[in-house]
Amino acid sequence: MALQRWFDRAAQQSESNVGAAIRGVPEARGLTVARDEWRQAAEDMAAGGGRLLAHWASRDANGDNIVRAAFIADAGVLVLSLPLTAADADYPGIEQWFPSATRMQRAVADLSGLRTTDADRRPWLRHSAWPVSFHPLIDASAPSSPAMPVIDSYAFVPVEGDGVHEIPVGPVHAGIIEPGHFRFSVVGEKVLRLEERLGYVHKGIERRFTEFPLLSGHRLAARVSGDSAVAFSWAYCQALEGIAAAQVPPRAAWLRALALELERLANHLGDIGAIGNDAGFAFGLAQFSRLKEHLLRATEQAFGQRYLMDFVVPGGTRVDLSAPGALLLVESIESIMAEVHTLRTIYDEHAGLRDRFAGAGVVTPALAARLGLTGLAGRASGQGFDLRCDLPCDPYGELAPTKAGRTEGDVAARVGVRFDEVAESTRLVKRMVGHLPFGLHHVDLSIPDEGGSGLGLIEGWRGPIFLALEAGGGGMIRRCHPHDPSWQNWPVIEHAVIDNIVPDFPLINKSFNLSYSGHDL
Amino acid sequence: MLKTLRQIGRIGIITEPPPSSDDTLRVADQLQSRILEVLGRALCIRAVDAGSCNGCELETHALNNPLYNIEGLGIRFVASPRHADLLLITGPVAKNMELALRRTYDATPDPKLVVAIGDCGCTGGIFGESYASCGRVSNVIPVDVAVPGCPPSPHQILSGILTAIAKAVPDTSSLRSRE
Repeated sequence: MALQRWFDRAAQQSESNVGAAIRGVPEARGLTVARDEWRQAAEDMAAGGGRLLAHWASRDANGDNIVRAAFIADAGVLVLSLPLTAADADYPGIEQWFPSATRMQRAVADLSGLRTTDADRRPWLRHSAWPVSFHPLIDASAPSSPAMPVIDSYAFVPVEGDGVHEIPVGPVHAGIIEPGHFRFSVVGEKVLRLEERLGYVHKGIERRFTEFPLLSGHRLAARVSGDSAVAFSWAYCQALEGIAAAQVPPRAAWLRALALELERLANHLGDIGAIGNDAGFAFGLAQFSRLKEHLLRATEQAFGQRYLMDFVVPGGTRVDLSAPGALLLVESIESIMAEVHTLRTIYDEHAGLRDRFAGAGVVTPALAARLGLTGLAGRASGQGFDLRCDLPCDPYGELAPTKAGRTEGDVAARVGVRFDEVAESTRLVKRMVGHLPFGLHHVDLSIPDEGGSGLGLIEGWRGPIFLALEAGGGGMIRRCHPHDPSWQNWPVIEHAVIDNIVPDFPLINKSFNLSYSGHDL
Repeated sequence: MLKTLRQIGRIGIITEPPPSSDDTLRVADQLQSRILEVLGRALCIRAVDAGSCNGCELETHALNNPLYNIEGLGIRFVASPRHADLLLITGPVAKNMELALRRTYDATPDPKLVVAIGDCGCTGGIFGESYASCGRVSNVIPVDVAVPGCPPSPHQILSGILTAIAKAVPDTSSLRSRE
C-alpha cells in the first residue's frame, strides 16, 4: 500500500539518524521529504485512510524554515517535515486531500510568514492588532500596536439571491461563551451558508511558550484550553518525558488517566445538561449541572482542585491520591452514575427532546470522513477512532476502554456518544481507584543538554490533543505547538448547519462544543 | 413526564446559603435589599470573555447551577450590555478582542460596575502582555474589583460580585467587613 511506503521510509530514515528520532508517543516516526514529495505523501495518506493530526511550522538550528504535518494511520503516527529555503516563495498546500488543513495553513502564514499554493490567502489568526509584515514566531521584536484598535475588513464569502440576507453574530455572544464571529446567510429561517471567523482570543501562546523553561511549560499547556487542562498538560509532559527518555512510575500514569477521565466526565455532564437546555429542557441543565458540581467537589476533596489545572507535572503528578480521597471518589462516582441512569431514561423518553435532537445538524459518515471530523463528534458520525483504544498509552492498554460510536451524525448521536462515554468513564474511574499501583507518583526528570524533540498525543474529552515540543539550549522551550481537535471540527459545523433553521444553531453548536481558546492559541 | 416530576420531587431544593458561613448569609440577605434599594430591580450581569482559556467560564457557569443558584439572589446574566449593570470580564484582553471589549463597555449604561475574573484578568496571568495580549483588564477599561484565582471558585466569583456592589454603595459597612 502506498501509505505504508512512507512509514517504511520513515523507519529507515530514523535508523540511519537516531538522534533525530521523535519520542513520547508510541509508534511515532519522523520523515523529511522533498518539496515534490509533500503533496504525494498527503495524497497517499488520504487514500490509505490516514488522518491529519496537525500542521505547523518550525525552524531548524540554523534558522531555516520547516513546515511539518502529523498524520495518524493504522501504522502509527508519521510527522512529515519539509525544509524550506529562502528561494521557496511558497510551499505546496494539501487542502485538496485534507480540507481541515486550510485554516492551519492560513495560521502558518500569519504566524511564520510561510504561504501555500492553496487558494484561500485571507489572514486567519491575524486581525488588525499587528501588521502583515510582523510574524510572531519568526521576528524577535514586536511592533508597537496602534493606540486605538481599528476595525479590520474581512472578506466573507457573499451569498446573493432573492430574499437572502445576512445575520452577523459575535464576537461577543449572548451568554457565558467564548468569543467568535458567525456570519449566517439565510432565506427565511433556513441557513444557506454559515461562515465562521475565529482568532478573537489569540493571545500569542506559541510565542509565549518560547519564554518558558521546559520544566514549567506544562502550566501554559494546561491553559491552552481550560476545559482540557489535563489532556494538554499530559500531552506536554508526554513529549517532555520522551525528550528526557524518562519513564514515569506506573502509579503516576494511572493517576493521570484518572484525572483525564474525571475531566471527561465533568465536561460530558455539563454538555448533556446544556444541550438539553438549548432544546428548551431547563430540567436537564439543573440536574446535570448539579451532578457536575458534585463531581467537581469530589475532585477537589480528592486532589485539592476543582479543575485539575496543574495536576499533571513533568515526571508524574503534583499530588497523590489518599485512601480517604479514593473512597470519596468512588462513592461520588457511584451516586452520579445512578442519577445519570435515571436521567438518561428521561432524556430518551422525552418527545420534545427527541424531536429537537433527531435529524438536527447531521454530518453523515461520508462527509465526516471527507472533512476529517474527529474525536467525540467523529465517533457520532461513524468515525470510530479513539486513541485510548487505537493507540493506547499507559495505562489504557491495560484498562481496555470500550469505544462509543454512532452513525446518525445528528445532535441525538452526539448526545448518545456522551452518555455512553459517561458510563464507560465512570467504570474506568472505579476500576482505576480500586487498582492503583503502589509506588511513587512522581520522579525527577533530567533534560539532556543536546535538546531533542518529542510528541504528545492524548484523547481528551473533545478528541485527540496533539502537541509537538522542541527543546532548545539552557533548558528552555525552542518551539511548542499545541493542537486542539477543534481545528478539525470547526469547519464541519459550517456544513452541519446547512438547511437547518437559525434557532437550531445554538443547539447544534453546543452538541459539538468546540474550543475557541484551544483553536485561537 | 411522571419520571421528570418524580426526579424533581426527589432532589428537592438543594440551593446552599451563599457564601457558606452564617455571617455571609446575613450579608447576602442584606445584599438583596441593597440591590433593590440601589437599582430598584435585579442586578444584571453581562459576561464577556476577552481572551480567557475558558476555565473562568466554567466556574462562572457553575454560579447558575442549583447549588449556587445566583438567580435566587436577584442576580442574573443578560444577553446584551445594554441591559447590564455589571460587566464580568475574564481573560487577559486579547488584542483581537480589545475593540469588542471597549465597545461592550461603551454600550453599558452608567452607572456601571466592572469585575475582572481570574489571575489573567487581574494581572495578565500566565499569558502576560505581548504582541497579542493587552494583559490585565484594567489596561483597557476601568475595573472596580479584580478576583484572583486560576480559575477562581464560584464562591470567589460571587464574593467579587458582592464586593463590587458593596463598593458602589458607600454605606454598606457590613458588606465591606466580610472581605
